[in-house]
Amino acid sequence: MSSYSVTEPSLRQKWVAGILVVGYALITILPLIWIIATGFKTPSDAIAYPPKTFFTPTVEGYVNVFTTRTRLSQEQLQALGEPTTWYDKLVRKDGLVISGPSRFAERFTNSVIIGFGSTVLCIVLGTVAAYAFSRFKVPLKDDLLFFILSTRMMPPIAVAIPIFLMFRSLGLSDTHAGMILLYTAVNLSLSVWLLKGFIDEIPVEYEEAALIDGYTRFQAFYKVVLPQAATGIASTAIFCLIFAWNEYAFAVLLTSGNAQTAPPFIPTIIGVSGQDWPAVAAGATIFLVPVMVFTILLRKHLLRGITFGAVRK
Amino acid sequence: MAQIRIQNVRKEFGAFTAVRSSTFTIEDGEFFMLLGPSGCGKTTTLRMMAGLELPTSGEIFIDGEEVGMKPASQRDIAFVFQMFALYPHMNVRKNISYPLVSQGMKREAVSARVADVARILRIEHLLDKPVGGLSGGDRQRVALGRAIVRRPKAFFMDEPLGALDAEFREHMAEELRALHDRMGATTVYVTHDQLEAMQMGDKIVVMNHGVVEQFGKPQQIYDWPATKFVAQFIGSPSMNFLDFEGMIGIGGDSVELGGVKVHVPAAREGRAGRLTLGVRPEHVAFRDDAPYRGRVSAVEYLGTTQIVTLSTEHGDVKARISSGQAVREEELVGLDFDARTLSLFDAESGKVLISEGNEGVLAHG
Repeated sequence: MSSYSVTEPSLRQKWVAGILVVGYALITILPLIWIIATGFKTPSDAIAYPPKTFFTPTVEGYVNVFTTRTRLSQEQLQALGEPTTWYDKLVRKDGLVISGPSRFAERFTNSVIIGFGSTVLCIVLGTVAAYAFSRFKVPLKDDLLFFILSTRMMPPIAVAIPIFLMFRSLGLSDTHAGMILLYTAVNLSLSVWLLKGFIDEIPVEYEEAALIDGYTRFQAFYKVVLPQAATGIASTAIFCLIFAWNEYAFAVLLTSGNAQTAPPFIPTIIGVSGQDWPAVAAGATIFLVPVMVFTILLRKHLLRGITFGAVRK
Repeated sequence: MAQIRIQNVRKEFGAFTAVRSSTFTIEDGEFFMLLGPSGCGKTTTLRMMAGLELPTSGEIFIDGEEVGMKPASQRDIAFVFQMFALYPHMNVRKNISYPLVSQGMKREAVSARVADVARILRIEHLLDKPVGGLSGGDRQRVALGRAIVRRPKAFFMDEPLGALDAEFREHMAEELRALHDRMGATTVYVTHDQLEAMQMGDKIVVMNHGVVEQFGKPQQIYDWPATKFVAQFIGSPSMNFLDFEGMIGIGGDSVELGGVKVHVPAAREGRAGRLTLGVRPEHVAFRDDAPYRGRVSAVEYLGTTQIVTLSTEHGDVKARISSGQAVREEELVGLDFDARTLSLFDAESGKVLISEGNEGVLAHG
């Protein structure tokens, strides 16, 4: 190979590119590291100035996010006897006892049900709709597609009040079903448009071959189109999940006791003495895990999905 | 194996008519070519036979049974696509066995059939490979394998060699024809390549603008074209057309071409007005004393033959003559047309006039 090549970057170019990428990655990951670190600090370390880079880690924040605690007097504490579990011991040194579990687990479960529920619904409806738009003669197809897209042209929260009123009269306020429906409605346009793009790229001959090989239209869709749309489905699912998972405004407005998700709950974690930042950070860290795991599991598809169609195979 | 009959089949896409009232019959075991330029309706016709499109009107019979409105899956036919359409998420073996699996065939029977097909197509070593890495020819073989494995009533092929490079095409064409002869299955093959059609087909249908222009054996179509379109589309270089004002009566065997008498096969129908004389390049000979004159304007050397372009008072005429014959540009030569092979067309309608020569081939009245 010659010293100059159009396709192969030089060593210097590789270094520059590498430094830029690593630098950018560091900048974007810094808040994340900050949150994860704060989760392992004590409340005083968390608000120390200048901020502490090195500190003695503690899981107090994690214990606090899952429990509610009560301050007791010395006599009362002594009357209780020795703490029996490691987390009892941990809070006891601050003069507290665990009075019960917090609602974090419940809120987190709500987030999982609503987030994944709406993602599944979005993908199922989106795939079928996208397939129909891609393959069949739908009257007013372009207008319908534009209408679907137009639902994304304003911030969803702009319709918060009508939705609030509708939900109240339909009895959907503060229910899982209501939130799943709402997030599905918001995400469906994205899902239909993304998936239509992916399905358009799958040559129609594959289905025709399956039809001739003796399969029904649905079997052809299910056995031939779906496996090939897997990449698109995976990346669409990630986008849908991330939106539903992180959504805050609707969750604050429409949920309270029953179906509240984690985002509005986490900032309400208040310690016995002021805002308990380590507990908030711990909650946020736990909250990040499912989306991270989901994204990492599907990242192979995601990378292909985002660049799909850009390069002709 | 089956006879296929197409009766008054018509297909419209909105305001556009892709196929206008086509009628023809494909006999059992025939290798049948649907030939025409792109957009002529040949692929639509094939897709209607396969059940991928439903005809707007008309009937399609496969093996005596009317299937026009049946879905593809119930017609028991196989289709080979131009881009192969192998299922990319399955390996070669799965691709070939897929049509059998849909019929609910037992696993042992499926693998026996697949092994059989792989042997015939010599792709045994590829069975466990993914289809993504295969060469064009191997993909083509796998696609054929998927078609023949179920022993269907008929094979439909939509330009199956179109995606292959020229060298390999030739080879695959031979292989395909050999495979057909061995299995004796009715095969309908769509192509825009007239050479391919003549080389492989038992019979050819020539289509243009959704209309069947002519239907018959390759040599009949080449020798006795029914329309000017067919005469021009088939053969390279195509048939020469000499337009003139003239007339011919029933039984007449000559026309006046610019004052020169040219003998033609005895006419079975008469016509007066604008006519076109059609002559194949290989039926033009040079004779010094011939009264019809032309000036040599270009010479193309093709090995054993050469194509000589001559300007005449009725336009350019191409002649295919032996390379041994010396021809100089700008030379004035006498042209002799082989009287037994000429066609006369009505210049307005483009239809050939029935004569002693083509009456046996053309049944139209």
